[in-house]
Amino acid sequence: MNAKRADKIATGVIYAISGIVALILIAMLAFILIRGVPNLSWHFLTSPARAFEAGGGIGIQLFNSFYLLILAMIISFPIALGAAIYLNEYSKKGKFTTVVRTAIEILSSLPSVVVGLFGFLIFVVQFHLGFSILSGAIALTFFNLPLLTRSIETSLAQIPNLQREAGSALGLSRWETVIHIILPAAVPSIVTGVVLSAGRVFGEAAALIYTAGQSAPALNFADWNPFNISSPLNPMRPAETLAVHIWKINSEGIMPDANAVSAGASAVLIIVVLLFNLSARKIGAQLYKKLTSA
Amino acid sequence: MDNITQKLMQKSESTKKDSLGRAVSLAALSLIVIVVISIFAFVMSRGLSTFFHDGVHVKDFLFGSTWNPSVVNPQTKQPYIGALPMIFGSFLVTFLAAIVATPFAIGTSLFMTEIAQKRGTKIMQPIIELLVGIPSVVYGFIGLTVVVPFIRSVFGGSGFGILSGTIVLFVMVLPTITSMTVDTLKSVPRHYRESALAIGATRWQMIYKVVLRAATPGILTAIVFGMARAFGEALAVQMVIGNAALMPHNLTSPASTLTSILTMGIGNTVMGSLQNDVLWTLAMILLLMSLVFNLVVRAIGRRGEMK
Repeated sequence: MNAKRADKIATGVIYAISGIVALILIAMLAFILIRGVPNLSWHFLTSPARAFEAGGGIGIQLFNSFYLLILAMIISFPIALGAAIYLNEYSKKGKFTTVVRTAIEILSSLPSVVVGLFGFLIFVVQFHLGFSILSGAIALTFFNLPLLTRSIETSLAQIPNLQREAGSALGLSRWETVIHIILPAAVPSIVTGVVLSAGRVFGEAAALIYTAGQSAPALNFADWNPFNISSPLNPMRPAETLAVHIWKINSEGIMPDANAVSAGASAVLIIVVLLFNLSARKIGAQLYKKLTSA
Repeated sequence: MDNITQKLMQKSESTKKDSLGRAVSLAALSLIVIVVISIFAFVMSRGLSTFFHDGVHVKDFLFGSTWNPSVVNPQTKQPYIGALPMIFGSFLVTFLAAIVATPFAIGTSLFMTEIAQKRGTKIMQPIIELLVGIPSVVYGFIGLTVVVPFIRSVFGGSGFGILSGTIVLFVMVLPTITSMTVDTLKSVPRHYRESALAIGATRWQMIYKVVLRAATPGILTAIVFGMARAFGEALAVQMVIGNAALMPHNLTSPASTLTSILTMGIGNTVMGSLQNDVLWTLAMILLLMSLVFNLVVRAIGRRGEMK
């Protein structure tokens, strides 16, 4: 076979492979949306799930997912921000930095089941928090920390050194430079990173099965006192999220319309995650425009 | 005079703030390190108690092929705790998924970097990002409603098994391997390509003999990362593999992985019992394997740097 023929064949094969990959994604999205969207209704999105009969909704699970996401973000963002500031602005090359970077890398590659089981062992069993939103949020924090730290660190590293030098030249301390110059400049890309990681956290299930639990007790949406047991804001109640719900009804197989419910729930999950992904860059760009008057 | 000396000798307000800020951010960083250390410490201590506290032999655990921890073998007076089926299942789906995904990943990334740079990044980049963003339970659900019935109708049997697990994992690791391969290919210097083309190589010769060779360490790293993701993936695999702790006879018979037995079992056992301890040992194996994957990536990176 001559070289030109081989070149043509190889090019064809590469086109075909890329086409197949694109088809796989389109087919999956189409499948989920076509199967799921017809099940969506106001009733489905707001009513509680039913275990043994058809017609249940995903209202509580949907609320739990968002509530857990917000709590996890509130806990993990300051920690990730601090860690990223230290790594990018203060740390010098050395043993300590190498160890820390290795630790972050290892944490980011740990299977999320293991992170969930660790949360189960420490918070659910040792600290007697039980299956609760709090345990789940902490487990999600562990899962989220390495990626968020890395993305914030990248955002900070993108700010040119000129800015830091200008800060020093004005007599600002390093901390003041970071707070007043570097962080504001990095806000757009930090926000992009945060929204992207929110998408990942929203769909996570394996870390939550044994921390936030697999049950969704009835909530009283008129009661916003976080200390009442039926209040949606109570962080000590067990809270099954949307992703966990999909897993549970499929592996239990006792809900008669499990298929329709999981198709609808998957569609909601996908739509929310897509919204997060699509909006992440837009929000970042918009912020950049607003903040820099560019 | 004294006043001025004092003022000069004292730390200024902003120096104090700086030290405080530095300390707080260092604390945040240390917290992450502490979390990593305690994950290892706690999971290892629970996992090892199978061997130290319950007196199970490591050999029986790793190479025994019967898993039924709640039943005691009348001959040896030991429960059936052979974890080989799960270990084997995990490795098998991981390797199969990586083998299937690699050509697709390399093809797609070549399309994006060598064949059609503009269209490649415009069309394929969002596709890869969307594939990364789909939650794993959704992959599991699609596997359960599409892949499993398909396998059942083609190969017979229940449809649950290694093959279904491989197909689901293939799609899940594809974006991981692809995006990392794209980065590697992009880092191959332009003049390598130009030199190859200048001496009369066709595009494919240039790709095959120059670009791919130069990018080999990076592509291997990408594959190992993909395998690490496949090995640790829990729910999607658990939904389609059948969860029978048996050595798989063929690719379509129900099997299990470390993660699938772990997610099924940990809630149904009592903390501190042998049945529970052996599950923690499975978790420990998962933990150690992710460490191994990390070390392999590092080793490849060092090799690649040397030349």
